[in-house]
Amino acid sequence: MQLLTPEGERVHHPDFDIDITAEQLRGLYRDMVLVRRFDREGNALQRQGQLGIWVPLLGQEAAQIGAGRALTDRDMAFPSYREHGVAWCRGVKPTDLLGIFRGTDHGTWDPYEHRFQLYVIVIGNQVLNATGYAMGQRFEGKVGDQDGEATMVFFGDGATSQGDVHEGCVWAAVYDAPVVFFCQNNQWAISEPTERQSRLPLYQRARGYGFPGIRVDGNDVLATLAVSRWALDQCRTGNGPVLIEAFTYRMDAHTTSDDPTRYRLADELEAWKLKDPIERVRVHLVKQQWADQAFFDEVQAESDELAAGFREFCVNMPDPPPGRIFSEVYADEHPVLAAQRDEFLDYLHGFADASTGAQGGEH
Amino acid sequence: MVAPAMDRTVKTASATQKLTMAKGLNMGLRAAMEADPKVLVMGEDVGKLGGVYRITDGLQKDFGEQRVLDTPLAESGIVGTAVGLAIRGFRPVCEIQFDGFVFPAFDQIVSQLAKLHFRSQGRVKMPVVIRIPFGGGIGAVEHHSESPESYFAHTAGLRVVSCSNPLDAYWMIQQAIECDDPVIFFEPKRRYHERAQEVDLSVPPQPLFSSRVLRQGSSATLVCYGPMVRTCLDAATAAAEDGIDLEVIDLRTLSPLDLDPVFASVRKTGRLIAVSEAPRESSLTAEIATRVQQECFYSLEAPVLRVTGFDTPYPPSKLEDDFLPDLDRVLHAVDRSLAW
Repeated sequence: MQLLTPEGERVHHPDFDIDITAEQLRGLYRDMVLVRRFDREGNALQRQGQLGIWVPLLGQEAAQIGAGRALTDRDMAFPSYREHGVAWCRGVKPTDLLGIFRGTDHGTWDPYEHRFQLYVIVIGNQVLNATGYAMGQRFEGKVGDQDGEATMVFFGDGATSQGDVHEGCVWAAVYDAPVVFFCQNNQWAISEPTERQSRLPLYQRARGYGFPGIRVDGNDVLATLAVSRWALDQCRTGNGPVLIEAFTYRMDAHTTSDDPTRYRLADELEAWKLKDPIERVRVHLVKQQWADQAFFDEVQAESDELAAGFREFCVNMPDPPPGRIFSEVYADEHPVLAAQRDEFLDYLHGFADASTGAQGGEH
Repeated sequence: MVAPAMDRTVKTASATQKLTMAKGLNMGLRAAMEADPKVLVMGEDVGKLGGVYRITDGLQKDFGEQRVLDTPLAESGIVGTAVGLAIRGFRPVCEIQFDGFVFPAFDQIVSQLAKLHFRSQGRVKMPVVIRIPFGGGIGAVEHHSESPESYFAHTAGLRVVSCSNPLDAYWMIQQAIECDDPVIFFEPKRRYHERAQEVDLSVPPQPLFSSRVLRQGSSATLVCYGPMVRTCLDAATAAAEDGIDLEVIDLRTLSPLDLDPVFASVRKTGRLIAVSEAPRESSLTAEIATRVQQECFYSLEAPVLRVTGFDTPYPPSKLEDDFLPDLDRVLHAVDRSLAW
């Protein structure tokens, strides 16, 4: 499914067409440019030792912005760990992502306020969690018409081999859970190609579970937006679940710790560069005369400003206090852990005393 | 007919009734579901069948299929969707059909259920109870008789408890459901349908995460939980005939451990025998022994001894009587402790 070719030509589809205004398309363009810009800054910050690791989304901007902008305020999103673009659409500040990769926290945003759950690193776990959440939406009677709620869960091609993803599909099917399974097939699970995960195209697996599966051009923001909206509407009106396979490409490494030159050819990368998700929108905006140079300059300036703020925030992030190790492990009081914390803090305090004592000439 | 009417009056006025552990759990679950519409029961065969041990008998009939869920046969799915339901604001009570089937759910329990509160800095609560019938002694095939509690007690973010009698079963399951942390609830399956006990439900329960001295004694202390509580009480009764006065403590909570009653007891008796069906190495009994030697070093008259299962897979059932600690093995350890 495609609505905007890599050459920037608008094409139409009988089932999934979309009405888009100039302003809306400029908005999607802006989203993608800004997200790509701070993503690149994340890579740079890791290379400069400011982050322990960064997980780049380069190349997947259209898949994530299309899906993210299809979600309404009522819907809930369950990400994996590369969904910086979806986070952006849900109003999570890019700087809120930094702690995970700098090692100061495991995610600081409020998952209820943003309707965007915390990143999940164990591959596929979130698919079951999202399915359970969606079951709850149905049990509460929040499904059935256009005002209904839906859930969207994000995972990759590698995750489709996980039992949790299979179980999530089984459960969603038998409980009619309003959940959209949004698989970003970026062709590579670190070094393993999609052929190592499946004999047939991933979207076709939906047929075995008894619900629709659709492959969409994941580098086409209009197509992913249209298909995601349709799938979410199916869910909120009680016709879920739906599987979407967003066919895209991981243009950078799996993470900053990875070296893709060991397992894939430069030719492949070059071929996908021609399908860039942002460039085709830029071309279309120009062709349609929906944007002038001033607009592109403005977005460029805004993205540089965003990246500068991102960097500034990152390098000034304080380390958390040692007591954080022990906080919020439990909701209620836990005497054994409290004793362990007190013992450790006393131990640390002992160094402070020794240091003070040395300065005072005592001990 | 005057006499029968009076009998009925007496029965109604009295708060005591006879309960098996299975019935106590069933009544406790029912009470929790009546008290809070967000409480769900989910698991394999928990609906129409009432669970393979009938613990959830009648609940689906009274609360409907959206509150008592017969789930697909996938343990990771049970716990993984329970996590999502808890994020949504429900309080799921999952039944894992047998101890040895919990391992497909281990990932969801350890990676999500146990860590979400910490990861979210307290924003996401995980009030999920996972009920696990555990332990042996029922002549079952492989994977139906295991004691995996140490895995869970070793996992930060989880709370672990085990009931040992019908009254505790009734209260502890309700308290576990009220808890805002995930609770792994171990039920000693071989005690489910033992002889009913007279209980008084009008007496307020003790806090969930607390141990209890079940029998006062002065010669030595037995500390145990779950299925071994009955065994230790029987051992104490037998020992009394020989003039040996054993104190028996039911841990009830395995994480956090509440060892203050154990320390107090050891300071009095000077001798401790920790009893558990679980294999010995790196087990809860190891933790108890360590903590007791730290807290009661000068009170100990003998090393802390352990009576446990062996460090083997659970054996075929014809051998389980040899594997499981029984009255004689407990008394043998008591003799060794007293002779030290």
